[in-house]
Amino acid sequence: MIKRKKEKQNNNPFYDSTLKKRHASAARFKKFTLTSLLFSIAFLSFFLFDIVGKAIPAFKVAYIQTEVTFNEKSLDDTRFAVDKKYRDLVSRAWLRDIPSLLKENPNFMNTTITTWVLADDQVDQYLKGHHHKLKENEITFVENLLSQGLIENKFNAIFFTKGDSKIPEYAGLYSAIVGSVLTLIITMMVAFPIGVMTAIYLEEFSSDNKFTRFIEININNLAAIPSILFGLLGLAIFINLFGMPRSSPLVGGLTLALMTLPIIIVSSRAALRAVPDSIRQAGYGLGLNKIQVTRDHVLPLAFPGVLTGSIIGLAHAMGETAPLIIIGMIAFIPDAPTMVTQAATVMPAQLFTWAGMPEGMYIEKTAAGIVVLLTILISLNTVAIILRKKFEVKW
Amino acid sequence: MSTFESRKRSRELNEKLIKLALISAATISILTTFGILFSILFEAIEFFKLRSFWYFITGATWSPGVIGSQFGALPIFAGTFVITIIALGVAIPVGLGSAIYMSEYASATVRDYLKPLLEILAGIPTVVYGFFAAITVAPLVVKIAEFFGLEATFNSALASGVVMGIMIIPVISSLSDDVIRAVPDSQRKAAFALGMTHGETIKNIVLPSAMPGIISASLLGLSKALGETMIVVMAAGLRPNLSWNPLEDMTTVTVTIVNSLVGDFEFNSPETLSAFALGLILFVVTLILNMISLSLIRKFKEKYKVNTL
Repeated sequence: MIKRKKEKQNNNPFYDSTLKKRHASAARFKKFTLTSLLFSIAFLSFFLFDIVGKAIPAFKVAYIQTEVTFNEKSLDDTRFAVDKKYRDLVSRAWLRDIPSLLKENPNFMNTTITTWVLADDQVDQYLKGHHHKLKENEITFVENLLSQGLIENKFNAIFFTKGDSKIPEYAGLYSAIVGSVLTLIITMMVAFPIGVMTAIYLEEFSSDNKFTRFIEININNLAAIPSILFGLLGLAIFINLFGMPRSSPLVGGLTLALMTLPIIIVSSRAALRAVPDSIRQAGYGLGLNKIQVTRDHVLPLAFPGVLTGSIIGLAHAMGETAPLIIIGMIAFIPDAPTMVTQAATVMPAQLFTWAGMPEGMYIEKTAAGIVVLLTILISLNTVAIILRKKFEVKW
Repeated sequence: MSTFESRKRSRELNEKLIKLALISAATISILTTFGILFSILFEAIEFFKLRSFWYFITGATWSPGVIGSQFGALPIFAGTFVITIIALGVAIPVGLGSAIYMSEYASATVRDYLKPLLEILAGIPTVVYGFFAAITVAPLVVKIAEFFGLEATFNSALASGVVMGIMIIPVISSLSDDVIRAVPDSQRKAAFALGMTHGETIKNIVLPSAMPGIISASLLGLSKALGETMIVVMAAGLRPNLSWNPLEDMTTVTVTIVNSLVGDFEFNSPETLSAFALGLILFVVTLILNMISLSLIRKFKEKYKVNTL
């Protein structure tokens, strides 16, 4: 059998003795490409797993049930509101809010109420099995409370309703979320009209001359310029030259707008280009002029594509940090800004600040903030994809 | 008749105004580029009035904030170079391999699922990568180095370089995938007809044809690595360190820019202005890389008459 095969091979003038080797090499090559793809996917899964694993504990936080006394003395120094044994175990920041709690409920005055008080971050970290600094006697006390059911992990609402704090258990993402919203409103108000108008000019009105080509090269370059350089632009021009307030959503929004512009222009141009010429010809045939054709026919048809591109640009701007650090949007912001000229911080910048803190609870909160940020970004991108699928016109 | 005339005139005026508005919108992008260039250039010139340009380029001591401060950026350039090389060492093989698999081997349905997955990598904010590099990858590098009896710092160039490389994978894979798919099928069929295996066809026919696009993608990845800020700010070191050992800490151009601007120096001090001098170098280098990359891709488009790239 083998002999006959060998003979056959010898008689075959086209037989290539290296064929087996060549096939093996082709298979190896395929394996290499598959491995590299799997590497990317494996990394993505490891990364998500790691971040979510770190983030989950932060969505729960320890509370201690104890008696809180509301009287003049505890108003004067809020540490006296709880029993001496609890003083180092409950959150100082939570106690500091007692006066405002009394303002809301004046009938609490001169009463003692048993309630759930936010625990100190060290207690919380101890219960989560992380690194902590509790003393021996405190640990036995906490264990004791735990066995009586007087310590409970509750949903961490503070994380979503409070601003930044120097006290880890009281730090939240709220003021950064507001800062992000204000900044992105400015960004979109500037970048969307300018981006779409540029795209309309380049696709519908311009002829292929040097000026147009120069603009095109510029846009392509702008898309690839490192984002940190936009920060230098914002610092030198918006803050130093125009005197706009440092750390404000106004400056941040304008800087991000210039960065988002190329994304919106490129996707809007693609959307306009996808509208077939017959639509335009039909419009001209009915006696419309160029502006009417563009405004009433081409633009509405291209709008889903324009919107998709803008949402992707928005998501991009939302995750950007480097230029905002340069213009000072990493300030400590405990209260949410109400105006675009006030000092503010944005979500990624807040995460950056927290990531540099030594306390374990900040690290946990950074991971939780990342999960929040990624959820928003993925939802935005999903909306963009759905919009495109739903309104896409097949010509 | 006269009302008709005036209506026509007002409409023409209107048209002109709209066109003017459109042109001015388009000019914004030019203004931005020049705004960046000049704002950086003027401050950089201020810096070079205070300190020598030659020492800035070739000097090996970077010591801002002390009396007799020196601004020799060589260790900063070296650190940037080492981290960038590590990043590209990860990103080019993995990105190109992924692109080849997606464009040559994967079926259309598999591709439809895989491409968005890679795009998720592109959509992750860099601050998130930075956190991951600093909290997870850097300790891992230290542990692995310990296993081999080596000593690594907690802000090693290797950790930030590898994570940066992963960030760049989608930049390279997405453009390479488009370029490989733009290579006409007739070339593949001709190669098959001559008895080449699929692997040989890709290596000898498809990749050489797609090479301008692949180089263009790699240059884009290179420029992205040079300008990347958050990963290195969070995971790489602050110490200018002239060394080739990737397990040591080193700093980069972008880290130094951030640090000199976040510090409490006067705006006109050489400490702050040095950020703009470094920014100028970064701007010029990335601009040149982008220009080469764009012209390569344009040539590719003209050769194969594709306009989807």
